[in-house]
Amino acid sequence: MKEPIEKIAELYNAETTENGGRYELTLAKENIHDAAAYLKREYGYDFLLEMVGMDYGDTLGVIYYLSQSTNPAPLLVLKTSTEKSDYPELYSVCDLWDSAEFYEREVYDFFGIMFINHPDMRRIFLRSDWNGYPLRKDYDANPELNPIPHRNEFLVDMERVPSITMSMGKEIETTRSLFDHDEYIVNFGPQHPAMHGVLHLRVSLDGEVVKSVDPNFGYIHRGVEKLCERYTYPQILHLTDRLDYLSGTINRHAFCLCCEKALGLEVPERAVYIRTIFDELTRIASHLLGWGSMCMDMGSITAFIYGMRDREKIMDIFEETAGGRLMANYSVIGGVANDIHPNFVKRVKEFIPYMRKMMKEHHLFFTGNPIARGRMDGIGYLSKEKAISIGATGPGGRASGWRNDIRKIEPYAVYDKVDFEEVIRADGLTFDRYVIRLDEIEQSLRIIEQLIDRIPEGAFLNKPKGVVKLPAGEYFQRVENARGQFCVHITSKGDAKPYRVKFRSPCLTLVSALKEVAPTHKIADLIMLGASFDYVIPCIDR
Amino acid sequence: MQQMISLQDLTLWIDEFLRNLFGGTWALLIEFVLIGLALLVAYAVLALFLIYAERKICAFFQCRIGPNRVGIWGIFQSTADMIKILLKELIRINRADHFLFRIASFIVIIGSICTFAALPFAKGIQVLDFNIGVFYILAISSLGVVGILMAGWSSNSKYTMIGAMRSGAQLLSYELSCGLSLLAVVVLAGTMQVSQIVEQQSDLWFIFKGHIPACIAFVTYLIAGHAETNRGPFDLPEAESELTAGYHTEYSGIQFGFFYLAEYLNMFIIAAIAATMFLGGWMPLHIPGWESFNKVMDYIPSFVWFFGKTGFCIFLALWVRWSFPRLRIDQLLNLEWKILMPICLINLLLMSVAVIF
Amino acid sequence: MEVKDIRIPNMKYEDFKDNEYLEEYVDELRKNGVNIFVGKINDFLNWGRSNSVWPLTFATSCCGIEFMCVGAAHTDFARFGWEVTRNSPRQADVVFVCGTIVHKMAPVLKRLYEQMAEPKYVMAIGSCAISGGPFKNSYHVVKGVQEIIPVDVFIPGCPPRPDAILYGMMQLSRKIKVQNFFKLPGQPEIAE
Repeated sequence: MKEPIEKIAELYNAETTENGGRYELTLAKENIHDAAAYLKREYGYDFLLEMVGMDYGDTLGVIYYLSQSTNPAPLLVLKTSTEKSDYPELYSVCDLWDSAEFYEREVYDFFGIMFINHPDMRRIFLRSDWNGYPLRKDYDANPELNPIPHRNEFLVDMERVPSITMSMGKEIETTRSLFDHDEYIVNFGPQHPAMHGVLHLRVSLDGEVVKSVDPNFGYIHRGVEKLCERYTYPQILHLTDRLDYLSGTINRHAFCLCCEKALGLEVPERAVYIRTIFDELTRIASHLLGWGSMCMDMGSITAFIYGMRDREKIMDIFEETAGGRLMANYSVIGGVANDIHPNFVKRVKEFIPYMRKMMKEHHLFFTGNPIARGRMDGIGYLSKEKAISIGATGPGGRASGWRNDIRKIEPYAVYDKVDFEEVIRADGLTFDRYVIRLDEIEQSLRIIEQLIDRIPEGAFLNKPKGVVKLPAGEYFQRVENARGQFCVHITSKGDAKPYRVKFRSPCLTLVSALKEVAPTHKIADLIMLGASFDYVIPCIDR
Repeated sequence: MQQMISLQDLTLWIDEFLRNLFGGTWALLIEFVLIGLALLVAYAVLALFLIYAERKICAFFQCRIGPNRVGIWGIFQSTADMIKILLKELIRINRADHFLFRIASFIVIIGSICTFAALPFAKGIQVLDFNIGVFYILAISSLGVVGILMAGWSSNSKYTMIGAMRSGAQLLSYELSCGLSLLAVVVLAGTMQVSQIVEQQSDLWFIFKGHIPACIAFVTYLIAGHAETNRGPFDLPEAESELTAGYHTEYSGIQFGFFYLAEYLNMFIIAAIAATMFLGGWMPLHIPGWESFNKVMDYIPSFVWFFGKTGFCIFLALWVRWSFPRLRIDQLLNLEWKILMPICLINLLLMSVAVIF
Repeated sequence: MEVKDIRIPNMKYEDFKDNEYLEEYVDELRKNGVNIFVGKINDFLNWGRSNSVWPLTFATSCCGIEFMCVGAAHTDFARFGWEVTRNSPRQADVVFVCGTIVHKMAPVLKRLYEQMAEPKYVMAIGSCAISGGPFKNSYHVVKGVQEIIPVDVFIPGCPPRPDAILYGMMQLSRKIKVQNFFKLPGQPEIAE
């Protein structure tokens, strides 16, 4: 760990600091691409976990979180900044990591930083006619500047994509056409039954065969990260639930963990156990819905209804203890909101054998179905290298053989005390992504089974005194939600409200995986592939 | 055989009554109108019942209850739907081919009503019965694909276009298997007249009489016929999760209602043809040698037999529909051209051999 | 003659809240008397319409999941004949606005509404659709769908429970039932 840092510090004149066990390298903007390339080439930093855009007041910056797929636990942080001018610029790293393509577009959208050599410098979430860059601190939120539009965004098939390239030390602004002149382009979404929300895919077709896919986001962009800057920490908790609503409890857990770490707050053992059980129940519920909707996208509505039926049992358990069904609103900073219901243990114990029985039925009903196997076998190959480069974490990446389960890499809560397997499949095909969810349900049941009898007695909440104020600094926490690595980055200036909050959405990279995998497949496969990655759009758009 | 109530007496009586009252030409004209009306009413009522039945059966497959608030057991649910759909606005689509757009839904429903007319519902109840009955059924039932293609083309939408193209490819291919499996029965019966085919099954149904080739033909016909109806797992033309609503995406109100009715009635027609050709139509179950058993069977009215067998085939279709995922277009065509059609051809050969020797 | 019955068989009349405003509306309708013929036909048509409301599958976020729950086995809305969810707006009667509507989505929703055939209804499900909900202060969120399209029924909750959605759906049923069908199209729905 020491070696690459010293080397980079020496080669590129970087400033090294240490923050909570993580090394941070601050680089000049000219060196960032070279240093990143060096790290990737020499030390195998092949996974760009996250890019956080920052507005430091007088400068704009980007924070890169890097990781190695061979040694995933330690993170390396690169920081760079550029002056806040009309056209702030940085060098793009999307030739090194595929995941950077969407990340950089996001930073451009929110902060206006142009990335040189990025092939596609369009706004990602907001409309192209949006005024201003909303996450900058000097953003003018006057609604008259950006009224509710009355017309759809004008999307032409022959859209020109702007980009800036560097040639002979000069910047050249170029545009290229997104689709060829005579391509047949079909819009899937934003309102489409199989888009799992409001994703908009522009698909170029050759007959039934998909030639290329251009995802369009932002139809449910609610500006959560900007909202967080106006809310106190306990208030933000409510927003985390609504990002990826299917793993809301886990996201909330992540934010609580991040705050607790920053405050140095001791969480009662009882709360930790309860949180873990809740997380796993949420994961089961989410995978059931994911399984169901994948079956529905293949045309089997009955499977979907079966999935929802079993999911309802979990919702009942949640409701009894937490009061909420989908939004359990259960974890709070320092513990959980209230103690578990007296029936909780009994209900969960009833649920485990029920679910096992139903899993057998689901396998019998759908996994073994010849049509379903015919649809899924041999379709949608995502290689391990590509999965890492794209950053497709979670079941999507594990189906390609990439070990990326945070519960194993960096155990939080009580995951280090339970015995479970990280489900890995090697082939990276649609069927692997399908069956891995069902297998993970089984593992989650195992975890719950081990924990449910061991919930210790005692307090369930260690409430922080007074207003929650995180000490100045940067905090980072990642957890494994039902779709992959969900990360929370908080920059605090010591106030009751955070200076900057960034959530890493595991779903954004899954869409780029879809974009990668979909070409040469049929329309029907495109829909099924989308379902096999199981992204949740509000999590992407935030 | 003689004990069975033949509804022919009733129709003959009506015919005679009208002839006495109005004379030949007028009576004929009035009869045409009456028959047309009766067919339309039967068509609509059957379709409404089928819609209700499907919703109820599908609900049971999915551990739900299904419609139960409108009327007893929700039996008037589809009636309410029909009233609603009649009152909906017909939207004029911008830049669509209006002539084709308007005419498409009619072609689909006319094709299905004309096929409907050739079905033998009970002993003595059959509107169209000529010596090329099977040929007529095959020909007229494939008229629907023209309407679907028109609908897809004229709507000026990409989804409908893809849906229509899929539908064209699918229906044309499966028409072959459909025809070839029916041909096997024709070879066995030696006639194309529907009434005679039913008559010939008075001693034993063709599915038992025709040995293995008839069973194979029955299965291939059910598969191909199911594909003809555009219902899951062959519902690619309107694949809900892919093409929103397929070829009828742009249709509203009663024009959509026509497609909707035709879909359910086509399901009925395919089931009814399967029942007529293989399971003896309205003919009761007769087993040679078991005289008393045959007599008992004859006491069950013929339309009960017909609708019972048809209902059984419909139930099979629904069972498949609600359990299987959808095929992909290449798998769909592979299934037809590489599996079903060769089987059908060989089966036809087998049947001919079986009939000759 | 007494026309316009607001009772629906799905639920006891007394169990509904805010019956008063419907009663007021019915009184107003009855004030000038009703043609018995037109009145009866109206009642018959409204019986059909109120019992057959096909929703458009339109979900942007969390409330969509609860909407799916309503359709699933536990709280089966097929009982009321609502399960024919149409994916094409042309064939749908009611759009369930499940979830937050943001600036980029607003014109899409508006267009969807315009694509629907008359008579059409809108249900705003969840606090986001009603007022912007927890995201009200955001720069990119529409503060309630009524800014874009007229809304018939609001169902509060974040997200509303399936039972609440069912209740809202029955309210819509009642609303349709007291409509004067012959005044359509373009009639401003029921009394303000």
